[in-house]
Amino acid sequence: MSLIVDIQHRFGDFDLTVAFEAGPGITALFGRSGAGKTTVVNAVAGLLTPDQGRVRFDDQTLFDSTTGQDLPADKRHFGYVFQDARLFPHLTVRQNLEFGAKYTQNAPVASLDETADLLGLQGLLARAPNTLSGGEKQRVALGRALLSQPRMLLMDEPLASLDGPRKQDILPFLEQLRDGLFTIPILYVSHAVDEVARLADRLVLLQDGQVRAQGPLFDVMADPAAVPLLGVREAGAVLEAEVCAHADDGLSTLRLSAGNLELPGVQAAVGSTVRLRVLAQDVILSLDRPDGLSSVNILPVKIDQVHPGDGPGAAIALSSGTDRLLARVTARAVKEMRLHQGMHCFAIIKATTVAPGSIGR
Amino acid sequence: MTVDAAAWDALRLSLWVACWATILAVPLALWVAWILARRDFWGKTALNAAVHLPLVLPPVVTGYLLLSLFGRTAPLGQALESIGLRLAFHWSGAVLAAIIMGFPLMVRAMRLAIEAVDPKLEEAALTLGAPRRDVFMRVTLPLIVPGILAGAVMGFAKAVGEFGATITFVANIPGQTQTLPSAIWSALQIPGAEGRAAAMVLMACVLAVGAIVLSELLAKRVAQRIAGT
Repeated sequence: MSLIVDIQHRFGDFDLTVAFEAGPGITALFGRSGAGKTTVVNAVAGLLTPDQGRVRFDDQTLFDSTTGQDLPADKRHFGYVFQDARLFPHLTVRQNLEFGAKYTQNAPVASLDETADLLGLQGLLARAPNTLSGGEKQRVALGRALLSQPRMLLMDEPLASLDGPRKQDILPFLEQLRDGLFTIPILYVSHAVDEVARLADRLVLLQDGQVRAQGPLFDVMADPAAVPLLGVREAGAVLEAEVCAHADDGLSTLRLSAGNLELPGVQAAVGSTVRLRVLAQDVILSLDRPDGLSSVNILPVKIDQVHPGDGPGAAIALSSGTDRLLARVTARAVKEMRLHQGMHCFAIIKATTVAPGSIGR
Repeated sequence: MTVDAAAWDALRLSLWVACWATILAVPLALWVAWILARRDFWGKTALNAAVHLPLVLPPVVTGYLLLSLFGRTAPLGQALESIGLRLAFHWSGAVLAAIIMGFPLMVRAMRLAIEAVDPKLEEAALTLGAPRRDVFMRVTLPLIVPGILAGAVMGFAKAVGEFGATITFVANIPGQTQTLPSAIWSALQIPGAEGRAAAMVLMACVLAVGAIVLSELLAKRVAQRIAGT
């Protein structure tokens, strides 16, 4: 299964030129507001006709400006979860969920009951949309899109209008979608690095209507060139670690390929794999194995690349065993420590800086 | 106050004319309201002006224009009469006059309702696989029903009360083209008939208030259904 997008569109003096591929799993389309993300998703959904280009899904052409093909939105069978839930105000939650059922020939992956269970909607079925909270509305919108049996799910900042706790309400459902019942590909638009790091398998970085980087999430997040695109305070590698033990003092031991990390707030069971996001600015480099530090998270690393930034900072790509890390240091430190490619040193990671929200399955 | 057979006749004719005018005008008004609200086309401003013209023209002028178009000596009137449709000095002409005079009110109410529907909801319905026709029937129409009802009631009330264009176009023939307002006007011309006039004025008032109450009740019911309570 793959979605291939290669489109150009112009409105006013904004030029959008985007080419990317979305495979199975979750592909995140990341960019600041105004980068053109929604335009891309609308073009994929068939709600906007691009000036030029092609959109293909597997063997089917959805849009091709050279042949004039443009499959209408209602024939594309892409579920779309909008930032503003867009529930039908004159219908109940149940009627909203049932809305798309009559337009699909596919056998349901999950029944209305199962979907309502998964999304925690059982108590809401008889309610009217305008009596729901923001998080509830978004869950109904997600259920409604899923029950139309789409071949792909498009999500345009589904969490952007929600506050922190509400986001935590929905993120586990999205992880379940990725890993569980619905093995449906998702194109996920976001401007929040933490959501992307937690959910995505592939990442497409969009800036000013252009794709600046794309690839598997772990690669792009560990790419020092992507630091300015993600924001210097938000950039950081994403690692996968195995949970080894939970200690009584609240710290858990996580095994990486070349060492262990002791981190607080890990809820996953022993033996399971979790994702960690280690912010580049929270990684300190040391030439010698440090002694007598309050942090116990020290990994031996090799410098893969020194990437000078535009300002006083530099991004350093590191590998530790088969894992990759990203550190952000000053250009002055690069000079004084003579940091260079191939050099071996130690990375110190402040344990408390890995927030619970950055740890996902 | 005295109510005679002529008064009942006038009331019956007014209701008859108003019902026909409403039934015929609602679909057309909905269509015009739709294209004014949702479509961009050459001549949109002109269409909008034409729809609203009867609201600002003196009704007697509208009646005169109708007479010059559909009168028994006018070419169009003769052509229609040859296929058996007589308008001038006939109750069907009163229906036409009522449609034209009520049209701006209907279109206005319906257009506001259509413009209040968020096209984003229709987009959402499309992405769920609903073809355009179903999007209209299952999303747009239920949301604009209160506006359609409001427009219909306004048009009905206007049709019951229309006077100037009607009397100019179809005259004031008791039992044939004499609507309630025409009958009131006639009664006021005859010394001593104030009692008859008063009775018919009361009828007109009851009808008008009834129409408003009915539209409020309908709108409330639809709104409740939309709110889902």
